[in-house]
Amino acid sequence: MQDKLTIGGIELGSRLLLGTGKFPSNAIIPQVIKSSGAKVITVALRRIDFDSEDENILKHIPKDCILMPNTSGARNADEAVRIARIARAAGCGNWIKIEVISDNKYLLPDNFETIRATEILAKEGFTVLPYMSPDLMTARRLKDAGASAVMPLGAPIGTNKGLRTRELVKILIDEIDLPIIVDAGLGRPSEAAEAMELGAAAVLVNTAIATSDDPISMGEAFGLAVLAGRKAFLSGAGAVKDFAEASSPLTGFLGT
Amino acid sequence: MSFYEKYLEYRDFDFEEFASNLTDDYIIKVINKERINELEFLSLLSPKAGKYIEFMAQKSRKLTLQHFGRVIFLYTPIYVANYCVNQCVYCGFNISNNIVRKKLTIEEVEQEAKIISDTGLKHILLLTGESRLHSSLDYIKECVTVLKKYFSSISIEVYPLEMDEYKELVEAGVDGFTMYQEVYNEDVYGQLHLKGPKKNYRYRIDAPERACVAGMRSVNIGALLGLDDWEREAFFTGIHAQYLQNKYQDAEISVSIPRMRPCNGAFQPKVNVNDKNFVQIIFAFRLFMPRVGITLSTRERPEFRDNLVGLGVTKMSAGSSTEVGGHAIDSKSEGQFDISDTRNVEQIKELIYSKGFQPVFKDWQQI
Amino acid sequence: MKLLNITLNGNRVEIEKPVTLMELLELKGIEVEKIIVEYNYDILMRDDWKITALKENDNIEVLRFVGGG
Repeated sequence: MQDKLTIGGIELGSRLLLGTGKFPSNAIIPQVIKSSGAKVITVALRRIDFDSEDENILKHIPKDCILMPNTSGARNADEAVRIARIARAAGCGNWIKIEVISDNKYLLPDNFETIRATEILAKEGFTVLPYMSPDLMTARRLKDAGASAVMPLGAPIGTNKGLRTRELVKILIDEIDLPIIVDAGLGRPSEAAEAMELGAAAVLVNTAIATSDDPISMGEAFGLAVLAGRKAFLSGAGAVKDFAEASSPLTGFLGT
Repeated sequence: MSFYEKYLEYRDFDFEEFASNLTDDYIIKVINKERINELEFLSLLSPKAGKYIEFMAQKSRKLTLQHFGRVIFLYTPIYVANYCVNQCVYCGFNISNNIVRKKLTIEEVEQEAKIISDTGLKHILLLTGESRLHSSLDYIKECVTVLKKYFSSISIEVYPLEMDEYKELVEAGVDGFTMYQEVYNEDVYGQLHLKGPKKNYRYRIDAPERACVAGMRSVNIGALLGLDDWEREAFFTGIHAQYLQNKYQDAEISVSIPRMRPCNGAFQPKVNVNDKNFVQIIFAFRLFMPRVGITLSTRERPEFRDNLVGLGVTKMSAGSSTEVGGHAIDSKSEGQFDISDTRNVEQIKELIYSKGFQPVFKDWQQI
Repeated sequence: MKLLNITLNGNRVEIEKPVTLMELLELKGIEVEKIIVEYNYDILMRDDWKITALKENDNIEVLRFVGGG
């Protein structure tokens, strides 16, 4: 039986989503995409710098990948909506990662504004993937607002601290009937595997790959880890046995 | 959507086949899992799981301690009327039973309330038989008004009402709702409820949901064990509780598992639920829904109740009478069922303390 | 000669002669294939750049895609 991840009506060939920021050069990105197997690639929108020779990152991303612009830079829902519309008008599809951050200390997302932006953009036909702080109530509202997936953070952006929000992410996986994609904070392939074993639908990794000594190789490692984690989840891990034979059983009074 | 649709999903499920395919490894895995699903819950009610009852007990105890602490909530029922228009084969208040029918005046309700309240109890469960004529909504509301003077939490266990009627009761000060489906098996239900409004299975099964929508803070459901195969009835009770909890996250859902007791009339329970079965049900509920309240009534023997403190039960009744009045009023009418644990509140308090637990009389106060 | 004041990527800019948007971009040396233009808070399609004459107080954002997570 096929184990497929479908988001926004599109069947994805990989459960690893790749961010393109912080790389030593844009030229290395196509090789990382290849080594990691990632099929959904995030990009950001920025003003051009008139004084320098800017490169268009799009020319480094293979045509068969799905482009997912993010709304980074947005501090509230209105700014996120504006960026999303610009991105779509630029002709790269209707996927959008909503990232609303007005916290420059930790880069933690604003769940409330994210819900607002999701409501507006989902109604306009976008395939919305909101990045959020794992909170069950928020996730429910995002689902009601029309999100196509929910992307809770594992740890604050760039910290590489792993799945610190494990318990909360697990609750989202158990309670929300949408793909849960752990995004941000995964620092090692083993952490990506952990998220997948927990039951996450996919993970999004950027910093850990881009800032490693060998991004192409690290990309491959993450790709393999996501495959391993998913396979482990599907295989059903063995029982962790927690109980002992008590000398004075609690059920002794039953007499049987 | 209604829970009835969920019931239909499993109505024709082959419970025996499912149970026969279970393996020991599977059961052990389920007991050790952090969160279990519906079929895993069902497996815990199987004979195979019965072999692991000690493991289930250990986990149930651990979860109950974690989520509730070393406390037992206490309450008592007050029957204010036993007029009933239904012909339910198994019940002492059955309209065809020749018993003394009684209804308390509001003054008598107050007398009862005062005596009960003097024992320290602050949570009360108000019961009536089903008779819109004798125990009208207005009468119930009047009783609630009186009870509010003495108790900080009032629950009702009356006949199924409309959602607006539940809203009226919530406004009048009721914060809890109890209703037993009696038996989830629709066919058996039809056979046991011969006449009267209670014959309407759907109306009754949807009542807890109406109560949730109306804003009842606690909603307690259950099945009368013995009326049909206990594994199925416990299973349906569990998934009904889960359905309500998932849909109405802010309601406090609890389950009761009353076991059939001798009562007036010639009815004998179809199925015998022995102590081990009973205890297995409690553990299965606890593992399936770690935060669900589990209520143990005075239908159970004192020694049995004593042993269950700390193993999964969170709420117990004390100083109970199932007669109309029965505390202050001396004119005896027959009770709905015979009580097994006749200990008064002081004695129950002592029992709970002796187990290293704290009896809680007052959980909250509506302001 | 009339000077035009517009806002370009957040900065006030003076323009010496009437120009179309396309002419402005060429003046600034921008490779037009790779960019996106938001003109007075609306996306302006590429075909319209040649025919859009700039007015006083126009707000223009010239954007491109960059790497991001």
